[in-house]
Amino acid sequence: MTEKVGVYVCHCGSNIAGTVDVADVSKWAAEELQHLGVVVARDYKFMCSSLGQELIEKDINELGLTRVVVASCSPHLHEPTFRNACARAGLNPYLFEMANIREQDSWVTTDKVEATKKAKALIAAAVGRVVHQQPLNSLFVPIDPNVLVVGGGITGIQAALEIANSGQKVYLVEREPSIGGHMAQFDKTFPTLDCSACILTPKMFDVGNHKNITLLTWSEVEKVEGYIGNFTVTIRIRARFIDQGLCTGCGVCWEKCPKKVVDDVFEAGMGKRKAVYTPFPQAVPKYPVIDHDNCTYFLKGTCKACQKFCPTGAINFEQQDEIITVKVGNIILATGFDLFDAHRMPQYGYDRLPNVLTSLEFERLSNAAGPTGGKLVLKDGVTAPKSVAIVHCVGSRDKNYNAYCSSICCMQSLKFAHLVHEKTGAEVYNCYIDIRTPAKGYEEFYQRLLEEGTHFIRGKVAEVTNSARIPEEEGKLIVQVEDTLIGKQRRIPVDMVILSAALESRHDAKQVAQKFGISCSADEWFIERHPKLDPVATMTDGVFVAGACQGPKDIPACVAQGAAAAARVLSIIGQGEIEIEAATAIVDETTCVGCTQCVSSCPYQAIEFLTDMGKAHVIEALCKGCGTCVGTCLPKSISLKHFTDEQLVSEMIGAMQVMKSFQLMEVA
Amino acid sequence: MYEPSIIGFLCNWCSYRGADAAGMARLKYPPNVKIIRVPCSGRISPELVLRTFREGADGVLVLGCHIGDCHYSTGNHRTAKRMPVLKKLLEYTGIDPERLVINWVSAAEGEKFSIVIKDFTEKIRALPPFVETMK
Repeated sequence: MTEKVGVYVCHCGSNIAGTVDVADVSKWAAEELQHLGVVVARDYKFMCSSLGQELIEKDINELGLTRVVVASCSPHLHEPTFRNACARAGLNPYLFEMANIREQDSWVTTDKVEATKKAKALIAAAVGRVVHQQPLNSLFVPIDPNVLVVGGGITGIQAALEIANSGQKVYLVEREPSIGGHMAQFDKTFPTLDCSACILTPKMFDVGNHKNITLLTWSEVEKVEGYIGNFTVTIRIRARFIDQGLCTGCGVCWEKCPKKVVDDVFEAGMGKRKAVYTPFPQAVPKYPVIDHDNCTYFLKGTCKACQKFCPTGAINFEQQDEIITVKVGNIILATGFDLFDAHRMPQYGYDRLPNVLTSLEFERLSNAAGPTGGKLVLKDGVTAPKSVAIVHCVGSRDKNYNAYCSSICCMQSLKFAHLVHEKTGAEVYNCYIDIRTPAKGYEEFYQRLLEEGTHFIRGKVAEVTNSARIPEEEGKLIVQVEDTLIGKQRRIPVDMVILSAALESRHDAKQVAQKFGISCSADEWFIERHPKLDPVATMTDGVFVAGACQGPKDIPACVAQGAAAAARVLSIIGQGEIEIEAATAIVDETTCVGCTQCVSSCPYQAIEFLTDMGKAHVIEALCKGCGTCVGTCLPKSISLKHFTDEQLVSEMIGAMQVMKSFQLMEVA
Repeated sequence: MYEPSIIGFLCNWCSYRGADAAGMARLKYPPNVKIIRVPCSGRISPELVLRTFREGADGVLVLGCHIGDCHYSTGNHRTAKRMPVLKKLLEYTGIDPERLVINWVSAAEGEKFSIVIKDFTEKIRALPPFVETMK
């Protein structure tokens, strides 16, 4: 039977029409592709608009189209839109094909004539393919309503609470001994100057006591298998050496522990903890952890002070890591960020000159629960600084490190300036490239700082040094900076320097992305499905990203994304079942020779070997439609629906014929 | 002047999105490569590449996810093993193996994609038209 194909060429405003002669392309398709079955070709300003879609539906109904090709943007953007339009008009959605003449033509081609030719070749390819496409019916699988949230910072907490409050079960996995994340380390939050712990700890408490949340701290996800609706996740719960059933969190163990260790994680190296510890008093859960690498018993075989004094006998030095598997239908990644390592900019003297602090170290110094009880003092532990310089953009907006803006540092630096001013009355110098305060209440906070008398110097700091040139600089840290507003080099002697370090992706973001089957950007932030319209979904169905693991973000944005990801997950759970890939592989048993090459090539163990028949067989529900088996099969017995050899070869021939015909025309 | 005709087989998840990323960044590159989307580079059978040459393509480009990044976890391992063998086969059949290029482009690598296309197009342009070499 000859197919009746309709071709629709989108202008996309001027996005396509500005470079591709859309009227010519549509006229050409109607005339030159008739032999392939094209009965109508139209161009329209916005095919994705409701009027554009109605155009297709009307033609399907009135002209009896059996195949549809839309030449517009990337199928990653609008394939679902047009498939739905076809389905509404009663045409199987798999009888639709898209030619990408925007992202892969009009936006990347300078020459208009060439762009028009390329559009024709791409449309000919799509038409060549579409006539061989077959109707497919989607498979539906039930959704496991349980959800995995990875990361117990403010984003993960918000996501977990939203889901748990709706009545669904959540597994919240956190690498550290307590949830809370970076927010638990902060002193105040901008621009309202709420105490960070005061707004965070009630939420942490809710998580710890929620009947629908299984909290797995000191744990990491080891393996993820399955697909949307049906993931099997393997989690390693590291040994705490504490029996959680017996521990009451009374704190006797860490009082009695004789071993002090510098706390590089929670206190950012500013304070010490014991070898058995909870990171901070409000930790959730309340159970401590024995630090295996520093505990005297594990190092020398003697001590056991904690065990002797524990009133409930909860210390268990024999405890082993536990591996568990859980079944979930959806996953939210909220793994957060790492702070830029200020050692990488030796010109700022971090770790070399005393009283040069990173932003996180200052947060701990300023925090009332921190090592100095919130007193802002120099390294000697007593003297308050009389002057402080705050260096913005340390490791961000700098091609040598990270080209991007870390988005929170301006506001964070303004907050630091305010706190220093309020607590010590010191002179504060903020050295900035640009001040960026775009969110609600942020600009007002900046204005407030200007009125408070903070000195703002527009210039990137060249160096922080202790080599004095004049008597006033003796014993001080000297900040060398060009004040670009007056065009002069300045040397500012100060007592303390705070480096507003960049936010970076987690050091192991790449491995985590691979584990969950999602992608990272060049800066190793997780990539969302669409930067504007789908900011928390990923290209892997059922895996969502939220918060700073997707890019630098402040707390309000993280909370919003955590809740957004929860809403997306709940909407999937609410559907009860989900449509999965209809383009699966199928074996032609008449030609299969039973060589089992396909069985070993399948990444999903979706192909079984039927020993009695001596043939391979595809388990449809497990097949993800990659087609690796097809590339392996020697007698060509396996084919992948919707990507058959016939379809791909016809698509290739469609493009080749047009390209060759243009060449011949030029030669003639 | 001779304009080479090139077919690019791109995996849907990394390289095709990398090509889209080049578009979103408005990176310009020559129009000679026509892209065919496949779910995974592992779908690209040697026969498909050979068939493309038989239709007179001057070059064939196979792009997939970086090793370790495959949407189907290990589909591209097959590509990495298969394509070098195919290149040997091309040489045996008298087709310059330089006409087939395998590379890895992630969804974030729009710039790399445009460079791969530019370089490959230039490389193929420097060779004689494929059909002439087969006479």
